[in-house]
Amino acid sequence: MIDPVLASRLQFALTTIVHIIFPVMSMGLAPFLIYFTWKDIRGGDPVYEQLRRFWTKIFAVSFVVGTVTGIVLEFEFGTNFAAFSTTAGELFGGPLAIEGMMAFMLEATFLGIFVFGRERVSDRLYMVSSLAVGVGTWLSAVWILIANSWMQMPRGYELVTENGQEVVRLVDPVAAYLTPRFGYMYVHMQNAAVESVALFMAGVSAYYVYRHHVWGYKTANIAFWQKTLKISLVALLITAPLQVLQGDLYARHVYETQPQKFAAMEAVWDTESYVPEYLFAIPTDLSQLTDPRAKELFGIGIPGGASWLASGGDATAEIRGLNTFETEAPPVAVVFWSFRAMVGMGFWFILLAFWGGYRWYTGDLFEDGLLHKALMGSSLLGFVAVELGWVVTEVGRQPWVIQGVLKTSDGVSPGLTGNEALLTLVGFVGVYAAILTLYTYVVARILRGGPPDRETLDAVDDRDAPTAGVPGDD
Amino acid sequence: MTSESVEMLASGPLFGLPLPTLWFGLVFALLGTFLFLDGFDFGAGAIFATLDDAGEREAVLSAIGPFWDGNEVWLVVFGGALFAAFPSVYAGLFSRHYLLMFGILGALILRGLAPEMYEQRHDARWQRWWGRSFVAGSVLAPFLLGVFAGNWLVGAPRSATPVGVLVGVDVTVLTVVSGAAFLQLKARDALPEWVTQIGVGAVVVYLLGVVATLGAVAVRLPAGVDALLSAPVLAVVVGSVVLGAVYVVALRRRSDVVALAAAAGLTYALIAVVAVLMYPMIDPATGVTVGDAIVSTLPLNLMSVGAALLLPLVATYFAVLYSAFSGPIAAEEAY
Repeated sequence: MIDPVLASRLQFALTTIVHIIFPVMSMGLAPFLIYFTWKDIRGGDPVYEQLRRFWTKIFAVSFVVGTVTGIVLEFEFGTNFAAFSTTAGELFGGPLAIEGMMAFMLEATFLGIFVFGRERVSDRLYMVSSLAVGVGTWLSAVWILIANSWMQMPRGYELVTENGQEVVRLVDPVAAYLTPRFGYMYVHMQNAAVESVALFMAGVSAYYVYRHHVWGYKTANIAFWQKTLKISLVALLITAPLQVLQGDLYARHVYETQPQKFAAMEAVWDTESYVPEYLFAIPTDLSQLTDPRAKELFGIGIPGGASWLASGGDATAEIRGLNTFETEAPPVAVVFWSFRAMVGMGFWFILLAFWGGYRWYTGDLFEDGLLHKALMGSSLLGFVAVELGWVVTEVGRQPWVIQGVLKTSDGVSPGLTGNEALLTLVGFVGVYAAILTLYTYVVARILRGGPPDRETLDAVDDRDAPTAGVPGDD
Repeated sequence: MTSESVEMLASGPLFGLPLPTLWFGLVFALLGTFLFLDGFDFGAGAIFATLDDAGEREAVLSAIGPFWDGNEVWLVVFGGALFAAFPSVYAGLFSRHYLLMFGILGALILRGLAPEMYEQRHDARWQRWWGRSFVAGSVLAPFLLGVFAGNWLVGAPRSATPVGVLVGVDVTVLTVVSGAAFLQLKARDALPEWVTQIGVGAVVVYLLGVVATLGAVAVRLPAGVDALLSAPVLAVVVGSVVLGAVYVVALRRRSDVVALAAAAGLTYALIAVVAVLMYPMIDPATGVTVGDAIVSTLPLNLMSVGAALLLPLVATYFAVLYSAFSGPIAAEEAY
């Protein structure tokens, strides 16, 4: 028999980690699809119709899987975290309800038109549909992050005792729902989604470009893949530097508002000033493996680096150590390494963007095989970085589910038995492994199939083209 | 928002409206909307089981294709509204029916993935498998939701009770009633005649099922038979019989929209009975009333403003969607 608290936490971790993949794909694709639809409707290069049709298929699959895995999360607040829901429901339930009405409804209804309705509606309504779907996915993130940022930085509430239980009461909606944290999180998340999808598009198109130009296999629709590569590079050139610059501001905000999380990110146990920024650190003793900055440590650090980053320029700034907090520290190694891996990838993406931009400028974007390989290898790394970022955010604030207000272990449903929790946890491991396998399989099939041929699109000029992509010629 | 307006919103219910009761009604109206709209998708899934022909099966999937995802969001909004207005009830109900809730989620996952997967490949084994998943998800989801609603009403502590199972059967059969009308409207000539027969049979079974269910409820509820003989409940029962008759006539005459509207009426009537029998309690298992469970005035007023602005807007989205796809939908429409 397993502890229901542990099983509930593992289950929520698993279901969120899997779910976030699909919204990142749909939120990241949204601006691209709006652009493709606009160019297609304006009647420019027929490649935009191919782009719209092709990437809409990926969007539709991601949206459906995102819907079914998203409802799970809403239900889990009630099933597994009933004590949290009772305590915080007054503040937390509202944003979820509004998200459903304002955002999810908008995207899900117009998705029907956007995916199935090209030949049924006017150009104008079709354009409106693509905008509505895109705006809906981004609004959805607004409300989810409003709810989450309040849990990171609770404001605008008071604690009252109701039926012998302490509950949160809303007193200032503006303070509660527009915490400073929300702005940082929203920009970081949305930019990450676009960056991740840009990397994905760049990686896939680099494969086809490499095959055609470097290997010399004749590839169908090569103009389509060249265009995809260029568009994704433009997006990467904008989002990659922005992500790191804004991330720096965000980390400084965490230093100011969630000192315990920041200390875990830097693995600072005792309050110190002139704290080095460790790029890499391992303990020399295996028994201290979970603590990357334990004594007798081997590491490479930039002197004063962490202090400098935390304070925005002062290398002697003090960082409060984990030992000074009353509550136990979050799993430091997880937070420390996730943060480093995420930041490292952020810099790698900037390098990729500039490398690609430079090759484009010198005119051999389609000939640089090494660049193509680097892009192919990085095609999923944006998603990995998003996952790691969320690990830093969510693991880093443990043991709190609502920072300083409610501990995660106190948020679990009181009546839940270990057996029930274990049963659903095991079920989710199986079901979500199957979902991920299926999703990967379907997306890979769509990618292998490639876009509909231009000739096919031209031949049936009333857009009645068959749904299936053209089979790959490999 | 200035502090005066916050104070005003915290001082009393907006316009002196009976907001707790209105939210109780809204929560059930949202559940009813979900059970009707996604209900015809579920029903289409059940009827899918009776079809062997590949073209007929494609016709069913094409008919629900543009709609089901939007329809399913009503469940999310139902959950969100219950959570926002009655957080302790949301927490209590969902955690008490722990395995049942995950059963519902599993069924919804199966039903959501299946049509998408079915279209990905065109070999027989793949499609047979996903066709079965589609049917299983479409039948299980309304059944388990019905069990949930029945248990909620009688305050059952466990996941399987006679009333729960009976309501589950009623809801499942009701989705077939809606599904038959919907398919007749959207896939007219692509489907065999027996779809009409299924609809007619289902509505008869449904009405008999409701009578049996009400009998079982009378045994379980403390107020017993008296509760069932109250004017609103009797009106709803009589109304359901009339709607059932309208449905049969309309479906046979191929007035599909009328038949679908009658099915909608039946769905809302069923949910209304549940709500009327429960009120003023909102969680009979704990005896908590609407007045006990409602959130404090400030968030309640904010949510009321939000819902009053957004729900009409949502209604227009659905109007745009359903009018864009008015009339029959051909099997080859996509992307």
